Amino acid sequence: MPDIKVTPLGAGQDVGRSCILVSVGGKNIMLDCGMHMGYNDDRRFPDFSYITQNGRLTDFLDCVIISHFHLDHCGALPYMSEMVGYDGPIYMTHPTKAICPILLEDFRKITVDKKGETNFFTSQMIKDCMKKVVPLNLHQTVQVDDELEIKAYYAGHVLGAAMVLIKVGSESVVYTGDYNMTPDRHLGAAWIDKCRPDILISESTYATTIRDSKRCRERDFLKKVHETIERGGKVLIPVFALGRAQELCILLETFWERMNLKAPIYFSTGLTEKANHYYKLFITWTNQKIRKTFVQRNMFEFKHIKAFDRSYADNPGPMVVFATPGMLHAGQSLQIFKKWAGNEKNMVIMPGYCVQGTVGHKILNGQKKLEMEGRATLEVKLQVEYMSFSAHADAKGIMQLIRMAEPRNMLLVHGEAKKMEFLKDKIEQEFSISCYMPANGETTTVTTNPSVPVDISLNLLKREMALGGPLPDPKKPRTMHGTLIMKDSSLRLVSPEQALKELGLSEHQLRFTCRVHLQDPHSDSDTLSRIYSHLKSVLKGYAVQHLPDGTVMVESIVLKVSSSGEDPNLKVILLSWSYQDEELGSFLSSLLKKGLPSGL
Amino acid sequence: MNVMKNMTKRQQPHEEVPAKKLRLTKPSKSAALHIDLCKATNPTDALQYLLSFARKPVEAESVEGVVRILLEHYYKEVDNSVRLKIASLLGLLSKTPGFSPDCIVDDVISTLSNDKSNQVLAQLLDTLLVIGTQLPENTAVTQRLIEVACKHLNSTYFGVRNKCLQLLGCLGTVDKPLTKESEAGTSIAPLRDVQNLISDYFGDQDPRVRTASIKAMLQLHGRGMKLQQTAYSQACKLLNDDYEQVRSAAVQMVWVLSQLYPESIVPIPSSNEEIRLIDDSFGKICHMVSDGSWMVRVQAAKLLGSMQQVSPHFLEQTLDKKLMSDLRRKRTAHERAKELYASGEFSSGRKWADDAPKEKVDTSGVNLIDSGACGAFVHGLEDEMYEVRIAAVEALCSLAQSSPSFAEKCLDFLVDMFNDEIEEVRLQSIHALRQISTHITLREDQLDTVLAVLEDSSRDIREALHELLCYTNVSTKECIQLALLELLKNLTKYPTDRNSVWKCLKFLGARHPTLVLPSVPELLSTHPYFDTPEPDMDDPAYIAVLVLVFNAAKSCPTMPALFSDHTFRHYAYLRDSLSHLVPHLRLPGRKQTAVLGSELSEVGSGSLESAQQFLQESLVRVSTLQNLDSPGAQDLLDFTIRDLKRLGELQTELAGSADFCATYLHCQLLLMKALQEKLWNMAVPLCLKQNAMASTAAQQILEETYKLEFLYSGLETRQVATIHNVRLQAKALQLILTARTKRGSPLIGLCEKFLQEVELFQRLFMSELPHFQDSFVEKLLELMPRLVACKPLDLVKILQTTLRQSRFIHLKLPEQIHRASATIIEPTGESDNPLRFTSGLVVALDIDATLEHVQDPQTTVKVQVGVLYPDGQSHIIHPKPGDFRTPGPGRVRLITQVYLSHSAWTEPCQIEVRLLLAYSSSSSRLAAPKPAWNESTEGLPTSESSVEGTINLSKPVKVFIMPKPARR
Repeated sequence: MPDIKVTPLGAGQDVGRSCILVSVGGKNIMLDCGMHMGYNDDRRFPDFSYITQNGRLTDFLDCVIISHFHLDHCGALPYMSEMVGYDGPIYMTHPTKAICPILLEDFRKITVDKKGETNFFTSQMIKDCMKKVVPLNLHQTVQVDDELEIKAYYAGHVLGAAMVLIKVGSESVVYTGDYNMTPDRHLGAAWIDKCRPDILISESTYATTIRDSKRCRERDFLKKVHETIERGGKVLIPVFALGRAQELCILLETFWERMNLKAPIYFSTGLTEKANHYYKLFITWTNQKIRKTFVQRNMFEFKHIKAFDRSYADNPGPMVVFATPGMLHAGQSLQIFKKWAGNEKNMVIMPGYCVQGTVGHKILNGQKKLEMEGRATLEVKLQVEYMSFSAHADAKGIMQLIRMAEPRNMLLVHGEAKKMEFLKDKIEQEFSISCYMPANGETTTVTTNPSVPVDISLNLLKREMALGGPLPDPKKPRTMHGTLIMKDSSLRLVSPEQALKELGLSEHQLRFTCRVHLQDPHSDSDTLSRIYSHLKSVLKGYAVQHLPDGTVMVESIVLKVSSSGEDPNLKVILLSWSYQDEELGSFLSSLLKKGLPSGL
Repeated sequence: MNVMKNMTKRQQPHEEVPAKKLRLTKPSKSAALHIDLCKATNPTDALQYLLSFARKPVEAESVEGVVRILLEHYYKEVDNSVRLKIASLLGLLSKTPGFSPDCIVDDVISTLSNDKSNQVLAQLLDTLLVIGTQLPENTAVTQRLIEVACKHLNSTYFGVRNKCLQLLGCLGTVDKPLTKESEAGTSIAPLRDVQNLISDYFGDQDPRVRTASIKAMLQLHGRGMKLQQTAYSQACKLLNDDYEQVRSAAVQMVWVLSQLYPESIVPIPSSNEEIRLIDDSFGKICHMVSDGSWMVRVQAAKLLGSMQQVSPHFLEQTLDKKLMSDLRRKRTAHERAKELYASGEFSSGRKWADDAPKEKVDTSGVNLIDSGACGAFVHGLEDEMYEVRIAAVEALCSLAQSSPSFAEKCLDFLVDMFNDEIEEVRLQSIHALRQISTHITLREDQLDTVLAVLEDSSRDIREALHELLCYTNVSTKECIQLALLELLKNLTKYPTDRNSVWKCLKFLGARHPTLVLPSVPELLSTHPYFDTPEPDMDDPAYIAVLVLVFNAAKSCPTMPALFSDHTFRHYAYLRDSLSHLVPHLRLPGRKQTAVLGSELSEVGSGSLESAQQFLQESLVRVSTLQNLDSPGAQDLLDFTIRDLKRLGELQTELAGSADFCATYLHCQLLLMKALQEKLWNMAVPLCLKQNAMASTAAQQILEETYKLEFLYSGLETRQVATIHNVRLQAKALQLILTARTKRGSPLIGLCEKFLQEVELFQRLFMSELPHFQDSFVEKLLELMPRLVACKPLDLVKILQTTLRQSRFIHLKLPEQIHRASATIIEPTGESDNPLRFTSGLVVALDIDATLEHVQDPQTTVKVQVGVLYPDGQSHIIHPKPGDFRTPGPGRVRLITQVYLSHSAWTEPCQIEVRLLLAYSSSSSRLAAPKPAWNESTEGLPTSESSVEGTINLSKPVKVFIMPKPARR
């Protein structure tokens, strides 16, 4: 039996460093090629030596597909393609292709310039790597080679995020990347058709969460911001440059517009401006509202949101500031936090996940005194709020996607093992499909039962249709006669005559003959006519003929009567039928063996 | 004869004959077509001929001939596309009004059995469908068509199967199974009814056929056939179809069945429980709210709103996105939710780290998917497509209206929708909340969120919210204070909302007198010992507070004791200036006025019936007037008119009816005066003055009749006919006067026109004629044959006598008549600052007006804005349809901008702005029958009789403007 093998090199029972190897139908595909935020050593990149110890990866991989531009999904790409060596095609959507190099360059700068690491990929490598990228459009089927085809679906999550359907023959795998089933202020919801893949590889970040209605969260967020502003306080929202930041900007921007508010909103500069530029550009990837209104006004051209300058932090009066990074572990957001932490009028809103050890994590857990560098302590008086705006599907969303795609098997990645376990149980119970959650380096094998396509000749099909009953019933399988020809790796089903003709063979007749002894005190011809009338009465729907040369024909079966030499009453009936009429022939012979009814 | 005349009229425009009446012979359509088709050498040509033929109208008489020709060509034709076109033409032709298509049924059926091409077959079946729907009574034809449909059902082509199913759906016999005799002959299928037959195709291999079969079922249902419950399980299966149109139709089907058999019991698969069908289907449709296709989602969300019989606990699940399990169903929602978070099953994402796994919960009872109803509305309300969200809000609203407990629950969700990104959705949810607000009392925190929207910059939103607050119940004194505070904030931020805010406070005060009472001293800033400064009377905020307090004081007699002196003074002032906002109060120390006032008000409330009676009596009294010449008749009319006018002023409920009657009687009076004896016995040159009088009277009557017809809503056909009768009388009078003063040719044209109008009357009000005995119109119609034949002068003479002999028609009042009216709120006309702008350029003037009882301001009658400049120039501006908003029944709000422009003036001058009601008599409420396909515009008489004009709808408002010369 053919099977599909899935091996996560990263993101198996873990978040970060997404990299999944899939071999399906003899093709090897790498899904995502990310880095791990939590490590600074070799562990930060996937272990490519799993694929090959030495030599280039090109020989072992047919293609690489990147689902979206987050670094945990594309961070190791230049390393893999330029330093390890891969020359094959890399597929990603247009927005991902546009934004990905910016993030990679930023990442490179931080690691090389700030942390001073050597043996890291260079700007040129990023450029070279991006040259290998083939852009994808939504719902466009791309032929990687003659057998392998891929197709992208909208995934929500971030601009340009895509789910991919990988298909080889009749075997298929769907990889979701990160996706979001509830639309937000700037992106729509993920959607997939009923493609019924053999395996659905889904992320499961929020496997145990069912979120409250998005509206509640939005309303709470806006209310908190509004109240603080009215009090004259300052609001700090630590964000990462791309994704949630834009959503929150749009949320605040529209709110400001609706409510006619005047307090300034600032956005720390840097990456953001470039990113906003791309958001403006790829308007077709956003949600209904933005797509429909951009003719009048592009929602990403913010009216109320201005660039932030370091000195503004000390300005009096209310303001809202978006600052990077999102976990308050360094940079501008931390600086501003230090300045504002002492005033209870102010507020910090954490819109997402915080890794253990960061300031964000500490204050969320209610720590009121923070130790800073140089033994200084910082008293946290300002209000700390948590609002989950994370754009991952929750448990209900994952279930919804499964329902949409109707996969035969399920495979969970990109989540914590314990939470996955819970979801796995649920999935197996609800859909009664098997669900896997391999750890990194562990291979899951799923046997498939691919259908083998066979060309059938039209004539044969029509002939069978004509024989069939009044209603075409798609659910009932039907048997038919034909000849299967396997030639030049193609399978065809044709009628026997045609098969003979094509193969240049002549038809062999195969006839069965049998003698039946019958006690009958009549003359031969009388016996024959008695048999004739008997058969006529028994076989209503068949052509029964009495031929002048002393034979009876039932369809193609010939009956002859002769009397045996010794006993004139013992008649010998000769039956002869061809192979095709075997069924009828054997029926006749058994019928005649029973003798003729006396009534005749 | 009538028919002939209509014919000629229709021919006129494109034959280009002079406007005189001519008898034309019909051009033979069939012959022309025949020649054309014979000329065609190849299929393309023939197709072209047919296409151009299809664009022209064909009269009922010649249809049959044309059909024959077409059929003849059909038999000869080998090309599929031409045959297809002919088949479709046959269908179109059989729709011709006046043509009975039963004669071509046989032909079409016979062609059907001979044709080989599947597309042509499908088209022929379509033709049969058209014929069948044209002949719903003819059971023999219907029966045959059904047989034909059954025979072709097993075609291999999806189109043929589609059409057959459609035929069955449209014609399938409702009450009996497919008859036996037909079965005996054909022996295609065993004895079964249409439903069974159709439901076989639910499992067809082609999605289009599946859709068609469900649609056919729905069609049967639409025709009154009771669907069998067995179809339910099949329909439920189709909900999981791969194709969206199938799912969409299946959702409808499930819904229909749930409405038919709400109480029957169905088993839950994979368990041995049973539930009501309505609950089951509710769950299933809820499930479809998270379908992959948004069309299906919209449909599902919409249908949910009409499933009111569903059990409450299922209903409430729709708002609960959390998992449903057996143990959870039993306890109340909110506490349980909290406990569940604590037990570590699912986190909400609202609190940090609350999703850390703690203990293993029993997962066996938890069911994620089949608990369909779970969170359906939560999903619907946060859907990506706003169409779905709107549908969900509407459904939520209609479900909440029938279930108070659900209303309570959905409150939070509706309030959340106030934050939607699309304004339409926000507006819709505010309206929804208003509609259910009778069921609910807002808590303080909820009110807080609601009030937050008052700061919205969109005027529509704010006004909708004011409207909502008018109907809202609140629970505590703090809520009232909060609301007042926010409304005052709103007032300072958006001063234009003044009226709306005041009105809102009026209702708020009237609704919660006891809650207002404790905070009165604070509100009026009175102090037990010290005199506080008197507030500024012109401050809108202060007025707002007073409106709240006074309205509360109305049902709270102890309140006025808390007022300070100036409050009483202000009360007197406001009662006078804003009487619609400030109710009458019984104030201590103001005995006289109070007593008088209360009496007045009692008279007002108690005398509705007596007023009604008075109205009826006056009408009866007037109706005794048979002859217009009788002495005292005129006086009686005069008095009655006066009485009615006064009654209208006193009794606002009856104002419409009274006005209507008064105007009608006024017309009669004018007519009577104009027809006075002496006028008509004098020689023409001697009575020029009277002539002038009569012609002005006629003119006035005409105007009044247009007002009667278009300004009042709630009229029935009978009243409209009565009005038309009066109008005809006035026109006859005009005609007579013209005949007397001028002699010569134009009279012929006028007579012709008059006769046409009489005919139009006959056509429009055929059913009402029995009520018009002895009336002018009736007599005219009797004389019609003579009138048509005679000369104009004779006609005038006849008219004159008829006019004088005809009886006065007693006016029968319909139930409710309302007079359309409009008030311009903005501009107020009080401003002394002229609006300055550079001459030659435009300036935009904001107009805000309310229209009451204007029926359908965009279509039947058109509301326009008229601007009159001091130099006599006038402009009419047509507002956009989007400028009309409907805040409540019978009320329309017009908010629009009018662009003004003029050349330079030396000093500011006032222009007058008013609202006009434009009417045209052709767009009368009795809509003319729709033109059939072949009666395209060229064929129709372009209503030469239509009269267009305008009626003033509001008082003019003066606006100071100052166009300055452009500076160079």
